[in-house]
Amino acid sequence: MPKTVVKASVLEHTLIGPQVRRLTFAAPILAQQALPGQFVHVKVTESIVPLLRRPISIADVNPDNGTLTLIYRIVGQGTSLLAEVKPGGQLDIMGPLGNGFSLETERPLLVGGGIGLAPMVYLAKSLCPRPITIIMGGRNKEEMYWQEIFQSLCRSIHITTDDGSLGRQGFTVDALSDMLSADTFDIVYACGPQPMLEGVARLATAKNIRCQVSLEDHMACGVGACLSCTCAATDGKRRKVCADGPVFWAEEVFS
Amino acid sequence: MLAVTIAGISMKTPVMTASGTFGFGPEYSDFVDLNTIGAIVVKGTTLAPRAGNSGCRIAETPAGMLNSIGLENPGSDEFLKATLPKLKKYDVPIIVNISGNTVEEYGKLAAKLSVNGVAGFELNISCPNVKEGGIAFGTVPQSAAAVVREVKKNTHLPVIAKLSPNVTDIVAMARAVEEAGADAISLINTLLGMAIDTKSWRPVLGNVVGGLSGPAVKPVALRMVWQVANAVNVPVIGMGGIMTALDAVEFLLAGASAVAVGTANFVNPYAAAEVAEGLCEYLKERGLSHVQKLVGQVNHNIG
Repeated sequence: MPKTVVKASVLEHTLIGPQVRRLTFAAPILAQQALPGQFVHVKVTESIVPLLRRPISIADVNPDNGTLTLIYRIVGQGTSLLAEVKPGGQLDIMGPLGNGFSLETERPLLVGGGIGLAPMVYLAKSLCPRPITIIMGGRNKEEMYWQEIFQSLCRSIHITTDDGSLGRQGFTVDALSDMLSADTFDIVYACGPQPMLEGVARLATAKNIRCQVSLEDHMACGVGACLSCTCAATDGKRRKVCADGPVFWAEEVFS
Repeated sequence: MLAVTIAGISMKTPVMTASGTFGFGPEYSDFVDLNTIGAIVVKGTTLAPRAGNSGCRIAETPAGMLNSIGLENPGSDEFLKATLPKLKKYDVPIIVNISGNTVEEYGKLAAKLSVNGVAGFELNISCPNVKEGGIAFGTVPQSAAAVVREVKKNTHLPVIAKLSPNVTDIVAMARAVEEAGADAISLINTLLGMAIDTKSWRPVLGNVVGGLSGPAVKPVALRMVWQVANAVNVPVIGMGGIMTALDAVEFLLAGASAVAVGTANFVNPYAAAEVAEGLCEYLKERGLSHVQKLVGQVNHNIG
């Protein structure tokens, strides 16, 4: 499917959590093509400062009304500018980029940490009506606005927070260990901080369960040209997070 | 109107893509008809594969970016086996940017890659991100000349020397490579720069320093292209921060016979095609028959 750049009208842009915004825009061409796990590359200003696009994972797609939704955290100059775009405004969006998740599963387990839960929304939607179990982790209760989003998509929701203000105190990996012992899954999908991904991959591999991880890195081009985002793979070669990923089979990138 | 011949390489337009910013070409084939590009200068290629630098490799800066990729590439064998066959289906000159650790390696690479499908070489004597070779050859005129001579001995194809701006006398560098037999000169490579994270007090880039590119460097690039074009007889390929057709016009007026679009590709994947289209319109508006009419025509009559 060809990648393209579209001028998209912003339809909705709201604060849904601390420094986290949900952005929905009209982009019928992208909505027809985008797969769960793929990302778009967003130009946050028409000016040359900041110069580069911002890679943001696709959180939801509605092919019927031709819209895409992103959920992103405001972390720097680029996302701060993006946060100022009002409904009715236009955005320059490149996509869909990268490779998505494999949907070959009967019993999926999703693991998302922090803003890494964003691509899990579209993944969960794409996996319906299969029974979905999700482990979601965050710093505290205030960051668990995700619960509401996943409520209707998942059969079973497990929460961990760093401070214990909601769900189990600790990390998603701690909960995962128990879950894998208590229930049967045929795949684990993970997106979140690198240590979390490594931990999830290690546990899944030990139980002989297939595992896909969605990586993130700083990138300029988003199409495999600049090599800013490459990582070492287990076969001794390099992989481009943008073009070969961002979704990888765990054994491809973690030993 | 736009067709030019640079160092014996016929191009449909004077707008090339700069090495390291367009992959090997197919990465951008969804956006740009590769057949319409002046020439594709492919990612810097070395004899053996290179993994590049570790740690963070990119930092955004005002109107620009720093990179410290460190010449990651699949190596010359993989280029010949996997990449070149894919590029052969396009009707566009392929210029291979080559980089060696020693003068001899440049010669070996040129000999090895002088095959059907390769239109010429660009000598990377200006990469700021590797410990050996690269910029070491690009800051001393005699060393740069030695690389050019070695490559010329090993190939019948046109040789373009890519100059580093990180020198005190760019004209001395240009004259040295011209005298050594370079068929054309391209400039500028990136300007050595740095960024520091004020939270951690650490350099942002894993390699500590990196190469600055993008609109931020354009005035420096333009000045150097103008200086070099006025000092040598071989054609000059101008690059450094070109985002639009009007940027390209400036480089042509400064004396470049062709230009290359680099960092702009990352921001606007259509950039190479749009710059060429914009040049065409500019010429039409001005009633000029050919892009050649712009080359070196900057008017010094200030009064």
